[in-house]
Order: sequence, then C-alpha cells, then structure tokens
Amino acid sequence: MKTEEVLKVEHVSFRYEKENVLEDVTFSVRKGAFLGLVGPNGSGKSTLLKCILGLLKPQQGNISLFGTPISEFKEWHRVGFVSQKANSFNTGFPATVYEVVASGLTAKLGLFRFLTAREKQAVMEAIEAVGMAKFHKQNIGELSGGQQQRVFIARAIVSKPELLILDEPTVGVDVHHVQSFYNMLDELNRRLGITLLLVTHDVGTITEKVTHVACLNKHLYFHGKADEFAQLQDHDLSKFYGHHLHVLSHQH
Amino acid sequence: MVEAMFQYEFLRNAFLAGVLIGLVAPLLGVFIVVRRLSLIADALSHVTLAGIAASLLIEKKFGTFVGWNPLYMGMGFSVAGSLFIEKLRSVYKYYQELAIPIILSGGIGLSVIFISLANGFNTDLFSYLFGSVSAVSRQDVWIIFGIACAVIMAIGLLYKELFLLSFDEEYAVASGIRAKTIHFVFIVLVALVIAASMRIVGILLVSSLMTLPVAASIRIAKGFKQAIVYSVLLGELAVIAGLFMSYELDLAPGGTIVMLSVLILLITILWKKWRRG
Repeated sequence: MKTEEVLKVEHVSFRYEKENVLEDVTFSVRKGAFLGLVGPNGSGKSTLLKCILGLLKPQQGNISLFGTPISEFKEWHRVGFVSQKANSFNTGFPATVYEVVASGLTAKLGLFRFLTAREKQAVMEAIEAVGMAKFHKQNIGELSGGQQQRVFIARAIVSKPELLILDEPTVGVDVHHVQSFYNMLDELNRRLGITLLLVTHDVGTITEKVTHVACLNKHLYFHGKADEFAQLQDHDLSKFYGHHLHVLSHQH
Repeated sequence: MVEAMFQYEFLRNAFLAGVLIGLVAPLLGVFIVVRRLSLIADALSHVTLAGIAASLLIEKKFGTFVGWNPLYMGMGFSVAGSLFIEKLRSVYKYYQELAIPIILSGGIGLSVIFISLANGFNTDLFSYLFGSVSAVSRQDVWIIFGIACAVIMAIGLLYKELFLLSFDEEYAVASGIRAKTIHFVFIVLVALVIAASMRIVGILLVSSLMTLPVAASIRIAKGFKQAIVYSVLLGELAVIAGLFMSYELDLAPGGTIVMLSVLILLITILWKKWRRG
C-alpha cells in the first residue's frame, strides 16, 4: 500500500503578466519522503513555493495538501516553513535561542495563552532536534549563519508540523557545515518522520541526502527517486540547466 | 528628601508618578527600540505638546475647561497622532520612518501656532516642556496609575504576540497573528504613556526614558525578558536617583533624570568593553 500523499501538485501553470513562470508542473510528495526541488535561479521555484503555501493562486491546475485542495485547506499548523529570508533578521535583537523557538508556538497557542510545562518541553525538544541544546540560553545574534538557520528550523518544527518546507536553507551556511546541516535534516526526516520539501539551486550536495528529486525549470524536467537522478548523465542535466554542467559529488 | 516627602504631598506625588513612569516607559521602550522606532516617542511627545497648548489656549481665550487637566487633551492629541503614524506607515510602505518626521513637525507646528495665538502662557507651559516636581497633582498620579495598570496588563497578555511581531513581523503575519490590531493597541499605549510621563520629565525629554534605559540594557542582556527587566531596573534607578538629586540640588527633574540615564548608558558601554577586554 502506498503512503498518504502529503502534497500533490497537478498540472500547475502560473504566469506573471505575459511571462510563463510555471508550465504544467505535476508531482507529489508522499508521507515520510525527503524531496529536493532543484532548479537554477529564475526557474520558478519560489513561485511554486508561494503557490503551495497558498500565497499565489495558479492560473491553471490544482494543489492539495493532505488531500484537501489548497483553497479549502485550514490546517496550516501541519505545514512548517523556513523562508530564505529567515536569517536576515536584526542580529542585534536581544532574544535567546529558546525565546525564538518558543515564538513558533504563538499562533498555535492563540491569544492570552501562556506556555505550559508541556509546551516548554516541546521547545527544548525542538532545540535538541536541531542540535542546538547547549546554545539555548545564548542570544541568537551571537551565533553563526548555520546555527541561526538551525534555530529557525527549530522554530518551524516546534509546533510539530508533518510537512516542513525549506527555501534555500543553506544560503549563509558555512561551506564546512553544509554536510552536517544536511545530516541534521536527514535526522528530522528519519527520526521524527517529518516529510521534507527542500528547495535549492545546489544540485550537487542535495542528491546524497534526499529520497526524491524534482528538477524544475518552468517545466518539470525530472521527478523520481534520488538514485535514478544520480544515474542521469551530465548532458541530461545540461539540457535542463540550459548550459554545460558537471555535478560534483561529495565524498565523505 | 525622605523627611520632606512625609511633609509635602507634592513630593509624594512626584515620587509615585516617577516610580510608575520609570516602570512603564522602559517597558514599552524595549518593544519600540528593537523595532527601530525610537523616534516615535519624540514625534508623539510633540503632538502631546500641541494638545496641551490647545487646552491652555481654550482655557485662556474662552474661559471653558477651567480646572480641566490639560493632560486629557494632550492624551487625545497623542493618541490621534499615533493613529496617523500607523496610517502613514502603511501609505509609505517602503519609507516607514517618514511617518515620524511628518508627525513630529506637524505637532510642533501646531503647538507654535496655539502658543502664538494665546500670546504666550504663564510659566505653566514651561513645566510641561521640562518637567517639574511641584507640578504633579494627586489627580495626575491617579491618571498615571490607571495608564500604568493598562500597560502592564496589555503587555502581560499580548507578550508573545508583541515579541514575535518585533522579532519577525513577516513570519508573524504569515502565521496568522492579527498584526494590525496588536499594533493599534500598542501604539495607543505608547501615546498614553508619553502624555503621562511629561509631568515629570517634560515633553522634550520624555522619549529618553523610553530609549536610554533600553539602549543600556540591550548591551548587557541575554534574551528579551532579561532586556525588559534590566530596562525597567535602570529606568527606575535613573528616575528615583534623579528625583532625589533634583530636589537636593534644586535642578530641573527632567534634565537630571535624563543625564543620569545617559551616565548609566555610558557606564554600561564602558563596562561591557572592559569585560570583553
């Protein structure tokens, strides 16, 4: 039996004025998957994300989350999102890692409600899950870019979403720490069972960790398992990127 | 001053009002400073001045509102000014700080017109400009007490929303926080606190009580809650010590409190530098 479809994108097309940004894009993400959505800059990745998050309405096609069409979807607490701009915050802001992660519960708690012992524990668990436990009392501005990104992921997972969407999360992460960052995402996916949708322009590193890959450049050029993607020849990828490309695989 | 406080009611009033303001001004100030809106307090204090000038003008020219506390009209103007600022901030989405000089110059312009229409006031206006220990009435203390209660309650209840809006407004809005309503409540509170503070520190100096203790505290605080606690403690220190000094040395309380805040800020910066080695 196949697992539940967390996200389903069917024949989605989107255009700004006269320019087509997405053309007939179809793919789905099943529960427990770790999908890497790759594509060069300007390939429509961000537009597709905005459509998935319900911020833009595609002119054609349907998107559903957890089996519900996006226009009727109300359970947004099941979806976590870490935006590309997350770590462009005011680094002088006096907030500890704990306080930032706890703020991820604000909407779920609602007005006039305070954190209970159980929720406080959930905050610590989220911080531990991203490997930041020993920094929880530190001001977020004092951390490195990669550590800050982990904190924002903790903020997104503290409300226990089933699907976590990450937009270019390794931007601003030190090259040496990218691998351990992906390991952490792998942990979230395997241990906590969070379905991940990771958007990136970096094809090289991503293919080692994800279970599925989708290549987007207006059209969807490839959608399948990561090992099938690895077998693609360079010239297939060059076609998709529009210029010659050689994928570097990291050996660790 | 302690013995004198038992003797003279006006000193007791000044002290109570000072302690209340020393608490609520930095409390709101933390949220203002981290959102980079420090100058909003300045703009609103000038609008408050216009309200007070209007009230005094009406009293002088028409004989109405005699005995009416000018603070009320000051508050009314201040709240109206705060709403204008919010409106202007949404009109100039990409130049949000423009709202502040617009309201500030509007406020001071109106004040000057009212003052000239009245052909000047007596020394009364002077106490609003620079603060005065003797000007605080029992009624003022009650008004300030009411405002302080409202501020503490609102901050307590809306703390997590205000924190998130200050730290990451885009995320807050995306996650469904009612940003507009919360902004509205917050800015009205700021307007009220500004109107309330001017009896002690005066209109020209009121913003300093909202920003200087916070500026010192964010140098040394770990986390937001600690920043609030330190801001309030440093604010109280400046107000209480400032009131004592101004009484003993016969100085204007507003100026003394502000200069003490500056001194505290300098000490914090030096201390932090020295600790880092």
